[in-house]
Amino acid sequence: MTLFKQGVSRRGLMRGGIALSAGLAAPQFFVRGAGAATYLNEPTGSTVTFGFNVPQTGAYADEGADELRAYQLAVKHLNGEGDGGMLNTFTSKALEGKGVLGKKVAFVTGDTQTKSDAARASAKRMIEKDGVVMVTGGSSSGVAIAVQSLCQEAGITFMAGLTHSNDTTGKDRRRNGFRHFFNAYMSGAALAPVLKANYGTDRKAYHLTADYTWGWTQEESIANSTEAIGWETVNKVRTPLGAGDFSQYITPVLNSGADVLILNHYGKDMVNSLTQAVQFGLRDKQVNGKDMVVVVPLYSRLMAQGAGANVKGIFGSTNWHWSLTDAGSQAFVKSFGAEYGFPPSQAAHTCYVQALLYADAAQRAGTFAPCELGKALEGFEFDGMGNGPTLYRAEDHQCFKKVLVVKGKENPSSQFDLLEVVEEVPREQVTYDPNIPQFAGELGPCNNGA
Amino acid sequence: MDALLLQLLNGLDKGGAYALIALGLTLIFGTLGVVNFAHGALFMLGAFCAVTLQKLLTISQRVKDESITFFDAYKEIPYLEIWYGETGTMIIDHAVPLSILFAIPIMLLIGLIMERGLIKHFYKRTHAEQILVTFGLAIVFQEIIKAQFGANPIPTPAPEAFAGSADIGLWLGLGEAVVYPWWRLIYLLFSAIVIGGVFAFLQFTTFGMVVRAGMADRETVGLLGIHVERRFTIVFGIAAVVAGLAGVMYTPILPPDYHIGMDFLVLSFVVVVVGGMGSLPGAVAAGFLLGILQSFASMNEVKEIFPGIDQIIIYLVAVIILLVRPRGLLGRKGVMEG
Repeated sequence: MTLFKQGVSRRGLMRGGIALSAGLAAPQFFVRGAGAATYLNEPTGSTVTFGFNVPQTGAYADEGADELRAYQLAVKHLNGEGDGGMLNTFTSKALEGKGVLGKKVAFVTGDTQTKSDAARASAKRMIEKDGVVMVTGGSSSGVAIAVQSLCQEAGITFMAGLTHSNDTTGKDRRRNGFRHFFNAYMSGAALAPVLKANYGTDRKAYHLTADYTWGWTQEESIANSTEAIGWETVNKVRTPLGAGDFSQYITPVLNSGADVLILNHYGKDMVNSLTQAVQFGLRDKQVNGKDMVVVVPLYSRLMAQGAGANVKGIFGSTNWHWSLTDAGSQAFVKSFGAEYGFPPSQAAHTCYVQALLYADAAQRAGTFAPCELGKALEGFEFDGMGNGPTLYRAEDHQCFKKVLVVKGKENPSSQFDLLEVVEEVPREQVTYDPNIPQFAGELGPCNNGA
Repeated sequence: MDALLLQLLNGLDKGGAYALIALGLTLIFGTLGVVNFAHGALFMLGAFCAVTLQKLLTISQRVKDESITFFDAYKEIPYLEIWYGETGTMIIDHAVPLSILFAIPIMLLIGLIMERGLIKHFYKRTHAEQILVTFGLAIVFQEIIKAQFGANPIPTPAPEAFAGSADIGLWLGLGEAVVYPWWRLIYLLFSAIVIGGVFAFLQFTTFGMVVRAGMADRETVGLLGIHVERRFTIVFGIAAVVAGLAGVMYTPILPPDYHIGMDFLVLSFVVVVVGGMGSLPGAVAAGFLLGILQSFASMNEVKEIFPGIDQIIIYLVAVIILLVRPRGLLGRKGVMEG
């Protein structure tokens, strides 16, 4: 079969060429105006689809399951079902529990497997086949950075889940990506004064660090913060992710002269390394005339549950905790507890809030287009979501709010009562310049994907 | 000196686990000629026998938790504590040692069902097919455990009496600073006893003699009218028990999750290859040797000279052994050699 029955004439070719050149050379404002009318996966029916990309298998599957519960609850509340949860306490009143922009919220789910390639494949499927307007979720910084980059290229908004590496809103920040969760720098800034008050200024610290982006940035941030209060960093040892048995890394700590062990581990690694450190008698040891102590800069209730009694008395930081007594936290805990019979984790909280913040921004912007919606989130100040007054900073898309310093509880009153909030560190204390060296990066242009 | 002693103990400890798994692997390979990639899963199932017994012993009465006012939450108080007070608490505390008794019949049954129900159909198939089917089986076991117990590690503590550390420094005149966890010392002793028990069983019983004869020349033993296959089935069951008990006792060292078996399986295969496929003393010797090498390679002083050596040392040794002595350290000539 021939498409062109007659040969292409020289004149025809020149006409076509001129027309193509004219199209390419059209004024930018004309093209921009055309783009504003449409964007990738613009919903045309009565529903709008969100993509919940969480670890349903792998080492962080339990965190992922809690994230998914939170998202489902958020969808319920957005569609006007249930008690409304944090919509009742959120200071923005744009959402009325009637969906978003007149459309009911639907969702699809994907499994990140806590692997960057699997997470990208899952997000790609949601964008290309399921037509989602937004991707959210995840429980690892490696995954968050990979999916954020994919969403930027595709022209979809990414609302990060649990990611604590400085790089997510530092050197790898993107215009289409937004992070509600705190980061390693903020952990250091919040923890250091509490460590100083409890353990003094004359301490020698030994770091065991998970060997990937999150571990590196946390090690750097915590070492900077503790050195600033006078502590000496004796050694920084990288451990492979998922090492299982950490005994060969813990043994050298015993004879290193260090009196503080800082575990830059998360999830299963933290549970194992802490358990083994306790078994090796680190917490019963006296070094330099002081009790040897362990610090876990990033804590979660699910991890504390895994480590059992070993967490007692150990300091760390967390984004949010279910025992907070502000109206927003109480509304969320009540709603989540009534639905599932147990309190939400910090992963559940950050994901629930991200879903609501996205919907609210769309409602205020009057569109799901990432560029316009992004402007509604940039510099957005709000309250009633559990961490006090919060700012979504325009320069790097990082949320600034109170950070919690917590300690493993000595006498838990229930199976969930494992951490006690020692201090709610004010937002000003954890705020930093977006262009300091460890965060230097560019948001770049936004992408509507059309 | 202190550091060297501790790393030696770490190596022996880890080597004990490798040796126990490798012993079962090589026993199965030597008798049945099957490369069993589900053996790590048997280690994991043993660990979850301990988890299951702990859960059974802590079956609890739900009491409303008055401290939580936002929603209806409940506290769990074990019935054993309600009924028997301190005796009940003590029984719960000893869940791991009690799990040994619990795990033996369960692992034996799993081993027998596995061999009769699946493995025997693959005796005459290629090693590649055996690996595929046993690896698939391992994944099935993993997924069942994950669906039942979740993906996070489950703390399964040692009894309170063994929770602390032993002052081995004082025992050896090295000072107070050198301590080592009691449970790891117990694990080392346990490994030695189980390995010794298996060797004694094979060496000093009629059953063991027939098995050894069958390993050396299956056909001739069969011609003597001995039903060697039935004995090999029991050997498979014993190997499953050994792997399972290794898993039970390892739970206080490493809180088990569904993936724990895979972490050990690959290393244990390397141990079997280094020791010599089918050689029982080779598996044990290589298990301890590689455990110690891995432990010393992860010392900071060594890593400063050879960065990352701790991650590759075992594989490096395996490559050298396969190049220089393909039959492994104590393997018979002809096995793994062209």
